Amino acid sequence: MLDVRLALEPFDPAAEIAAFNARHPHAGGIVTFLGQVRDSGGVEALELQHYAPMTLPGMEELARITQARWPVEGLLILHRSGVMHPGDAIVLVCAAARHRRDAFAAADFAMDHLKSESWFWKREKTAKGWRWIEPRPEDRQDLSRWG
Amino acid sequence: MARLVFMGRLEDVAGVPEMTVPPGPVDQVLAALEPALAVQLLGEKVRIALNGQLLTDVGGVVLGQGDELAFLPPVSGG
Repeated sequence: MLDVRLALEPFDPAAEIAAFNARHPHAGGIVTFLGQVRDSGGVEALELQHYAPMTLPGMEELARITQARWPVEGLLILHRSGVMHPGDAIVLVCAAARHRRDAFAAADFAMDHLKSESWFWKREKTAKGWRWIEPRPEDRQDLSRWG
Repeated sequence: MARLVFMGRLEDVAGVPEMTVPPGPVDQVLAALEPALAVQLLGEKVRIALNGQLLTDVGGVVLGQGDELAFLPPVSGG
């Protein structure tokens, strides 16, 4: 079962994880990844922009590809858009599978593609003002692992 | 009218998130913009989508009434 959402308002990761776990009692392994706004480097705020005609459809396609590649019983992809502050959740991926390796791989694959292939643009605010964040070479390398 | 949408840093270059333009060939639409903006929009890392569908080549595309052409710089999510 796929659950893919674009959150325009803050979400509660603990409640989302608990609900996901409860929906998948037959899964032997559940891998959960939470990305949050880090509290460092003088970052006061982070903004993720999305493009409505493409962002959610692209996330849904990513979920279908992930599910086709690994035998996951459930997959949650939840990504924020809007202005966030240190400690706020940005992205949550939960993958439930019969065996742990499939769950790890599915969550890892989904995250790598959310970072560098999904339709989001990120900028951060410091005392110097707003600055757009370009993708890092490491993000590209992470993606290339999947062939 | 048709609409141009500028995502990410391109919004800063354009000074606005979107702009309405008269319908017509994209070449002509871009030629009517500030040259500095047009150069950025046609940068090699910028992808272009018409009504939510990525274009492989913008040449020859004609914007119709109500069409939306989006300029998408390199993404960074998560």
